[in-house]
Amino acid sequence: MSQTAVAIAAPAVVKPKVGRDDWIMRLCMAGIGVFLAVAVLLPLYTMLSKSLENKDGDFIGLANYAEYFNTPALFLSGINSLYISVICTVIVLGTAFVYGYALTRTDMPFKWFFRLVAVVPLLTPSLLSGISLVYWFGRQGVARELLLGESIYGPIGIIIGSSYWVFPHALMIVITALSITDARLYEAATALRTSAVKTFFTVTLPGCKYGLISAGFVVFILVFTDFGVPKVIGGNFNMLATDIYKQVIGQQNFQMGAVVSVILLVPAVIAFSVDRIVQRKQVALLSARAVPYQPKPNRKLDMAMLAFCSFVALLILLMIGMAQYAALITFWPYNLELTLGNYDFDLANGGGWDSFFNSVRMSLYTALFGTIIIFFGAYLVEKGRGFVAGRSTFHAIAMLPLAVPGMVLGLSYIFFFNNPANPFNFIYGTMVILVVATVAHFYTVSHLTAVTALKQMDAEFESVSASLKTPFYRTFFVVTVPVCLPAILDVSMYLFLNAMTTVSAVVFIYSTETTLASVAVLNMDDQGELPFAAAMAMTIAYTCAAARILHMLLSRGITRSTQAWRTR
Amino acid sequence: MAAEATTEAGSTPYLVIQNLTKKFGAFTALADISLDVFEREFVCFLGPSGCGKTTLLRAIAGLDIQTTGSINQAGRDISALPPAERDFGIVFQSYALFPNLTVNKNVAYGLENRKLPAAQIKSRVEELLALVGLTDQGIKYPAQLSGGQQQRVALARALAISPGLLLLDEPLSALDAKVRGHLRREIKDLQERLRVTTIMVTHDQEEALTMADRIVVMDQGVIEQIGTPKEIYGAPATAFVADFIGTMNFVPGTVEEGGTVKVGNVKLKCNTGGNAAGADITFAIRPEDINAIDFETGENVVDVEVTFMEFLGSFCRVNLGGDALGGQDLRADFSINLMRRKSMEVGSVLPVYFPPEFIRVYARS
Ligand SMILES: Nc1ncnc2c1ncn2[C@@H]1O[C@H](COP(=O)(O)OP(=O)(O)OP(=O)(O)O)[C@@H](O)[C@H]1O
Ligand SMILES: [Mg+2]
Repeated sequence: MSQTAVAIAAPAVVKPKVGRDDWIMRLCMAGIGVFLAVAVLLPLYTMLSKSLENKDGDFIGLANYAEYFNTPALFLSGINSLYISVICTVIVLGTAFVYGYALTRTDMPFKWFFRLVAVVPLLTPSLLSGISLVYWFGRQGVARELLLGESIYGPIGIIIGSSYWVFPHALMIVITALSITDARLYEAATALRTSAVKTFFTVTLPGCKYGLISAGFVVFILVFTDFGVPKVIGGNFNMLATDIYKQVIGQQNFQMGAVVSVILLVPAVIAFSVDRIVQRKQVALLSARAVPYQPKPNRKLDMAMLAFCSFVALLILLMIGMAQYAALITFWPYNLELTLGNYDFDLANGGGWDSFFNSVRMSLYTALFGTIIIFFGAYLVEKGRGFVAGRSTFHAIAMLPLAVPGMVLGLSYIFFFNNPANPFNFIYGTMVILVVATVAHFYTVSHLTAVTALKQMDAEFESVSASLKTPFYRTFFVVTVPVCLPAILDVSMYLFLNAMTTVSAVVFIYSTETTLASVAVLNMDDQGELPFAAAMAMTIAYTCAAARILHMLLSRGITRSTQAWRTR
Repeated sequence: MAAEATTEAGSTPYLVIQNLTKKFGAFTALADISLDVFEREFVCFLGPSGCGKTTLLRAIAGLDIQTTGSINQAGRDISALPPAERDFGIVFQSYALFPNLTVNKNVAYGLENRKLPAAQIKSRVEELLALVGLTDQGIKYPAQLSGGQQQRVALARALAISPGLLLLDEPLSALDAKVRGHLRREIKDLQERLRVTTIMVTHDQEEALTMADRIVVMDQGVIEQIGTPKEIYGAPATAFVADFIGTMNFVPGTVEEGGTVKVGNVKLKCNTGGNAAGADITFAIRPEDINAIDFETGENVVDVEVTFMEFLGSFCRVNLGGDALGGQDLRADFSINLMRRKSMEVGSVLPVYFPPEFIRVYARS
């Protein structure tokens, strides 16, 4: 073997041999990739092409879009959606920031209570806030005078209702951003005798800048694409999401529904992409040696915060409280006697107890299968070796569903799955399609939660395991899953809660066999069965609350039984 | 190659790396690395942060396969093989112990996969834990151990499968100085006892000098020098190595006729390192190699002036300047004893001797 001979030969690029583990991983990733393609990409593609067709299925280019922009009523909805979303973003972001600041950076008493109250809106369908507002400010509402003659049915109602239900979503991001801080920065600021105000603007705000931006985009997208609140409380004030519903369910105009969907999709995708780009700029603020921040008592600030948080908490409680009250009233506003009669859903036209049990089943399936698919997918992306192109493509597809409004996804499912030529046509009208839609709709956040948990694990576990000639799946089950169990539970809880409360993703694809509780609330409201709707919404809330308590107990149990090795 | 092999006292090349290049996009992290590691040898990769030590180690392990070039281990071409098909044990800086498994389970991890009888695994684990001095710690979880103990568990886990090659990536850098010194000795003993070929990455020169049979000094993706600690320290092949390891004086000069170099206003005899007369060079000598002497004249004897003195306990760091050196300062280390004898102080002028065999000459570009 002579050195020179080797040196002269043109260096051949080494083609890494794909080992057994690698093959298995790639196959699994391809499998989950196919799932995402069938559940997200292909339906969206079908919808895009539908928007370019006429009723007979002939290609007509952008004619539908031309019609859309020439129909003032439809065009106006887009403007309405934008303007409502911007206002809500300002309101919710401001409130969530102060609330989150109080919880993380001050020594305010009763933090646990405020944390608890803040998650209440997550337990209910967004419709609930609409129903509650009707009872507060509607034609026979108890506090309608407060509106000074304005109607709650319209922008006011939509803004209040939307702000209520998106608040916890923004708050969670803000709290995370505010929790990631290094106390040493504040010690340095104090040592330099920086004033509290200046510290706030030079240390606190820049530190959570990215979190705030992210929260802003999330609020914008949620409000922009929400369907429940404007449906119940919007009156004649049209928004894009309600337009889709009207076009599809009311007028059976699927092409125009597709057009509006695309128009709804575009700003959502833009907002989402901008957020991604901004977030990429964020460098890790937290070094391994960072010292957690311990807020110091500051009486004036703490009391001011207590007042503020109490006010916000009161609004939340008034909202859900009214829904609960309405659910128990015999005949509003004439007979205020309490009754459980409104829970006898089988008497309602909107849907019976069956829908409730369907919802529970659907949510359990979603939590179970969704968690398995999503966590394993995230594992393959995060811990796979080589195959960079495949892994980053997968990750990119996994990010997409967050930008796709539920209505749009649901509608595209009609187009895609309700086609007899589609081999997956058989799931149409079954429980399966509901589960697939829900998993797909809530894929991104779950994926990111899983990726975050996986990133926190030592990057070399897989390398060590390979050096010990252990197949990756053994290490996955023996180490990765147990270590990530808290995150896995979080993901399944997130999926369960959202599956219980979602309306938009499923409203187009449920069948008479698979009616759902959240859709029943919608239909009851449509039929004027408001007390039933309130009772059904509250039943969903009880279920979600029970699930959350169970989740808490389980998490606590896990923490206790794994205390020995989970020290930090 | 053959000549090198015989100098290794009966060793044969165990790991042969040839023309290895690793690129990350447009960035070349390793450029044309060739290296032999002999059986039972302890080799250290030493270099500044970012020079590619870890990249090279990971290529050897198959964790990040090189762009071009080949690796042979025990006569087998492993260039393209995934880690699972190679024969090595590895210890990372972070230890990467499985947090939810006990020490016993961690050490047994690689054994359990081989379908050995449980009793055999148990006795092997006990043996390994005894080997690293952790008998009776088996039922604890990693988080319940100190950093040094965790390091030993990681070592035991890597050794459990009796690998042909042990790879250590900065195994001691997360530990405090005292534990580090102790473990250094222990790892070296263990390696000698088990006679396992070992490659260790470090950026700590002391670690490399005390532990390695041979050191591979790297900088910016290339190998600067390969040699025993004595060779690396005593005869650094390049100015980089000379600067990186230990302390070295560097002074610009030119090569003169007759095996001398001109530095400042004096000519010094030395090995010119193959540089032709008239070439611009850098003259280098270690502070401890400059001798204060009693005779006043002779070859390589120069009168210098003490310009600065710093007391460092058992010795003094002294700056030597003066006209002879053209106004440039050289650092020298003198024992306190000597300083007293010569009643040296700032401003004194004295003759010093530059031993030709300790002078290094590097081409200056
Ligand atoms: N995955 C990667 N992508 C791009 N560049 C990389 C990657 N891994 C390493 N590098 C670059 O290759 C160079 C060598 O990195 P390497 O980790 O081998 O350094 P090192 O010698 O081990 O340094 P240290 O002492 O800091 O560990 C660095 O400049 C690094 O930035
Ligand atoms: Mg390194």
